[in-house]
Amino acid sequence: MGPLVVNEIISQNTNFFFAFLIGIGFGFILESSGFSSSRKLAGVFYGYDTVVLKVFFTAAIVAMTGLLFLSLFDWIDLDLVYINPTYLWSVIAGGIIMGAGFITGGFCPGTSVCAASIGKIDALFFIGGMVIGILIFTEAYPLLEDFYKAKFLGTPTLGQALGLKDGVVALGVILAAIGMFWVGEWAEKKFAREEY
Amino acid sequence: MNKSNESTPKTRYINPYLGGVLLGLVLIAANFVSGRGLGASGAFKSVIVSAVDTVAPRHTEHALFYKTYHESHPGGPLKAWLVFQMMGVVVGAFLSGAIFNRLKFKVEHSPKITSKRRIIFAVIGGILFGFGSQLGRGCTSGSALSGMGVMSLGGFISMAFIFGTAYALAYFFRKNWI
Repeated sequence: MGPLVVNEIISQNTNFFFAFLIGIGFGFILESSGFSSSRKLAGVFYGYDTVVLKVFFTAAIVAMTGLLFLSLFDWIDLDLVYINPTYLWSVIAGGIIMGAGFITGGFCPGTSVCAASIGKIDALFFIGGMVIGILIFTEAYPLLEDFYKAKFLGTPTLGQALGLKDGVVALGVILAAIGMFWVGEWAEKKFAREEY
Repeated sequence: MNKSNESTPKTRYINPYLGGVLLGLVLIAANFVSGRGLGASGAFKSVIVSAVDTVAPRHTEHALFYKTYHESHPGGPLKAWLVFQMMGVVVGAFLSGAIFNRLKFKVEHSPKITSKRRIIFAVIGGILFGFGSQLGRGCTSGSALSGMGVMSLGGFISMAFIFGTAYALAYFFRKNWI
């Protein structure tokens, strides 16, 4: 049955309409969880507010197990779902640069849009910076292309890379997430700080 | 209800674990309907390519990145899933802000720093995140969260390096936040 658009159950235009609806859900949840506040987001790096950790990892394990079950019931064909390709060097370098951007800017692209939508002026400046950063990449692309495409590993899942079943990996991630939630709750008590 | 809600009547947020479950369900819906995950930086790329097309059409005809991009997007840069999704994000975030009474123009920053300093760092962070998201083929949403949802190796690597680097640098930027 799923993915609906790949199996031509819905048209491309209907797919775009669903994209809009899915976006509304995405934006609403991020904002109502507190992701429109840079100080709340940055809290995860100092322990005073670990909402990022809780929302992010809860979402990841829910999606992971949900998709595995849907696939088990044959409601979705995971072979037709987009799996992010792994280009080892560029994903590592990109991650390091994004991490530096996160601690200096306090937002990531999605959360900056949420924050700007409710009137955060610092988020608008972050978005302005993001436009400059993307333009630097697109203009410098000829210089970066070799590095960008280096060390291509295909589209493996973590399980394939480790030689484990996806279900086993999912169980491991769930246990790791529960451990991190526990540390997060502890950190919020230990590094508690006045609300802002 | 979590504890921070009790102590701060002004800013009310939903329980983070509930938020996470709902976000996970949205991510499942995206995969079930559209065969792909959520994203953010890709929408900005579409808008930027389209803007450069308008301002400097000659340039985009020849420059390598734009040429490749146009070949893979025959319907035009703006007819992209992420662009429609991002318009939804703006609407959804605005609705939430309206319902929970958080619509307000302000520069949010630690009382220990000035608005000017906050804005300078926001711009620097934006430049880094914009560039890094293109190099890493997706940001926290598109690469880390959605990638982890489908258990992609790249998604886990992306997550580890984004958060690992931010933790490693947190000490040097503590004055901006705490």
